[in-house]
Amino acid sequence: MHMADALISPAVGSAMWVVTAGLISYSAKKVKKEIDDKKIPLMGVMGAFIFAVQMINFSIPATGSSGHLGGAMILAILLGPYTAFLTMASILTIQALFFADGGLLALGCNIFNLGFFPCFIAYPLLYKKIVGDQITKQRIAIGASLAAVIGLQLGAFGVVVETFLSGISELPFTTFLIVMQSIHLAIGLVEGLVTTAVILFIFKERAEIIQGFPSGKTLGNLSLKPILTIMLVVALVTGGMLSWFASGDPDGLEWSVTKVTGLEELEAPEGIYGVLADLQNKVAIFPDYNFRDTNQAAGEPSSGQEAPAWAAVDSGLSTAGVVGSILTLVVAGGIGKLLQIVHRRHKKFAH
Amino acid sequence: MNKIEHRWLELRHFDELAAQDSLIHQLHPGVKVVTTLLFIVMVASFSKYELVGLFPMFIYPAFLIGLGNIPVAILLKRVLLTLPFVLFIGIFNPFLDQATYAYIGSFAVSGGLISFISILLRFTLSVSATLLLVATTSMDAIGLALSKLRVPRIIVIQILFMYRYIYVLIEEVMKTIRAHSLRAPYRNGVGFKVWGSLVGLLLLRTLDRAQRIYQAMMCRGFDGQVRIMRSWKIRTGDIAFLVVWTVFFVLVRLVNIPHWLGRMLLGGFS
Amino acid sequence: MSHHIIELKDVEYVYPDQTAALNGISCRILHGEAVALVGANGAGKSTLLSHLAGIFVPSKGTIRVGDYPVNKQTLPHVRRSVGMVFQNADDQLFMPTVFDDVAFGPLNLGLPPEEVEKRVMEALEIVGAASLIHRPPYKLSGGQKRAVSIATVLSMLPDVLIMDEPSAGLDPLARRKLINLLKSFKHTRIIATHDLDLALDVCERTIVLAEGKILADGPTVQIFNDESLLAKSSLEKPLRMQGFPT
Ligand SMILES: Nc1ncnc2c1ncn2[C@@H]1O[C@H](COP(=O)(O)OP(=O)(O)O)[C@@H](O)[C@H]1O
Ligand SMILES: [Mg+2]
Repeated sequence: MHMADALISPAVGSAMWVVTAGLISYSAKKVKKEIDDKKIPLMGVMGAFIFAVQMINFSIPATGSSGHLGGAMILAILLGPYTAFLTMASILTIQALFFADGGLLALGCNIFNLGFFPCFIAYPLLYKKIVGDQITKQRIAIGASLAAVIGLQLGAFGVVVETFLSGISELPFTTFLIVMQSIHLAIGLVEGLVTTAVILFIFKERAEIIQGFPSGKTLGNLSLKPILTIMLVVALVTGGMLSWFASGDPDGLEWSVTKVTGLEELEAPEGIYGVLADLQNKVAIFPDYNFRDTNQAAGEPSSGQEAPAWAAVDSGLSTAGVVGSILTLVVAGGIGKLLQIVHRRHKKFAH
Repeated sequence: MNKIEHRWLELRHFDELAAQDSLIHQLHPGVKVVTTLLFIVMVASFSKYELVGLFPMFIYPAFLIGLGNIPVAILLKRVLLTLPFVLFIGIFNPFLDQATYAYIGSFAVSGGLISFISILLRFTLSVSATLLLVATTSMDAIGLALSKLRVPRIIVIQILFMYRYIYVLIEEVMKTIRAHSLRAPYRNGVGFKVWGSLVGLLLLRTLDRAQRIYQAMMCRGFDGQVRIMRSWKIRTGDIAFLVVWTVFFVLVRLVNIPHWLGRMLLGGFS
Repeated sequence: MSHHIIELKDVEYVYPDQTAALNGISCRILHGEAVALVGANGAGKSTLLSHLAGIFVPSKGTIRVGDYPVNKQTLPHVRRSVGMVFQNADDQLFMPTVFDDVAFGPLNLGLPPEEVEKRVMEALEIVGAASLIHRPPYKLSGGQKRAVSIATVLSMLPDVLIMDEPSAGLDPLARRKLINLLKSFKHTRIIATHDLDLALDVCERTIVLAEGKILADGPTVQIFNDESLLAKSSLEKPLRMQGFPT
């Protein structure tokens, strides 16, 4: 499932952007060094292939429902993890642009959830380990299905954590977690079956592709150390950014931390600590806790005038606010219409 | 028609729109990408209970729709089609956060309801802005913007190649599906077993195609570097576009304009 | 002008999966000649063209293109002097716009931007596709794609043009345009085709291929009048020549 712009806070969105950008540039360097020229058209065409195939629904046996393919595991098995990761990034970018699947702010999250986990965790730690050096049908089947399932589980977990940290949804962490993991268990099983079916088909027709595509096995080997180093650096940066955002934006993390813990003077520099504490607290308390301090909000609906605009969460909502909103929309519509006329004029004069 | 044909038509529709030649289409693609990102970040940065203050943000998409000559219907359709996941997550807010947040006249409105509507507003805004970017900018120009923004070359090339071959591969997929559904007309989707070998075959053909493209590239002196010649000068208009909208976004973010407008209006009448 | 002679001696080629596609091909093609390569599907036409274009190196035998024997070291030189138009234009037009596709070769040659632009314009004008310059290739018709494909190799100023079934899938008008275009070229041309009318119009010489061997090699008119030869290689006499025996 794709994270959406509407559910994400700028802090989480940009932090994940930074993480993903780091992984992309690392993978790009890696691929550039080890790639043979052949892979350049191959990457593009394989991306288009997964993109196209994702659009074919297939019926799931005995359920009457239908599913479709995520594709990261197929890419990882055929192209190796780095190239697969870059390819997933491209696919998700095009989907975000043209189908608004996810969105641009959430793109970092989506590339991470749907690319990082399958390519850099599930593929090397499950598929590679299970298949090992003696490639057999059984090993491929077990390895591919398991890796697909786990990859998707991790991705779903990513969605839950990112949604939760963004604090826009009110869903209790544990409930959301349980729902998402079980939905994605079902989806993952199907994905596993499909991935296995495709990989076994290729193995039957062109075993050499699975055994080391197209020539070098090198790209299939993955050293986790640099990746983990990147992750560590990025975690630090992220923590820093989160705390920075939190300090600048009282509606964001710090605000919710304050609300949840009741500690008014939680200092910004304790970013990572804050995140962790926040997580811990929310998991424990959330279900019973009403996000907002009821008294404050109900008491003074339009107290926003003297405080800075963003701090006054409830500044706008009042009769005046509603009237103003309608007026604004009318103005926006009017501007649109007017500009359409300008556009036509412009066209006429241009010719 | 099945899902794939719908999406396919939609993709082509955007491509057609992007091939138009309006003032918006003529803007530097890098400027458009940056402005779009800024817009989306600004929208996301509003407090989760913000409703009224978000409305002025609609002026930006309205501006692009008008001046870029983009039909509203295609945007609305996409907004509706992508809605489910956001609904799924947001719909719980009204139930989980029932504390009264504000009064409209004498109506008490709960925080959850407000944050839910706010999610829908943000969603509509950011989806529209993204779609408007691709409806007014060709993929080729977006590629240029990406390399100007220092996205690694290999990714830019991949995105461009991929977009190019989506057209070829989707046609191929649709042909295969059509042939299949002629033979098995009453099934929902493609049978699972068939799907495996169908996709497998398609994959083999795709790998062969990659091989042939590679050969075609070699014949024309390919040495591992894809070179693209582009020049797109940034003009004053581009800078003005970026600056004016940035100022506008920041202004809207800091000042609750509708609230202020409404008070003026109501104040004036009462 | 000896340096544009193409010469094959006992060329054999076996694909990695052990398919023997060429089984001893020998021939000489002179500068400026237009040669049609005909034969049933699977006869080995495409495989042979790939050798001439410097895509494959023969398993056995030798090939000379101009001054160079074709081998791993000389491949870049061979590819520079030979322009290959692939059977499927979608394989040839891989760039985002027509301009990029036609500029791809010249840019790889390291030419300066002004020279690249000049070559692109010239090549597109020759094939009558100058107005398509900013279009993406997926929005072109079959005939336009073919024309642009040809421009992508013309921009490299090759000495030899090699084409694999150039008229396949074209409508009659586009096909006629193509034939006239091919006739107008002065390059050495080697054209694999099932379209015997095209062969008759463009090429004075025809080589008939069957199962990786040369079955016949001679003046086009003479070959197309040999009914038993045509039947043997599953070809059909050009419509134009049926009923008008010469
Ligand atoms: N990539 C390949 N791998 C294995 N065999 C091939 C390959 N391409 C072609 N062949 C075989 O080589 C023979 C000659 O093929 P080809 O040169 O394509 O013939 P033509 O172009 O005349 O139709 C055929 O038997 C074909 O099956
Ligand atoms: Mg052929």
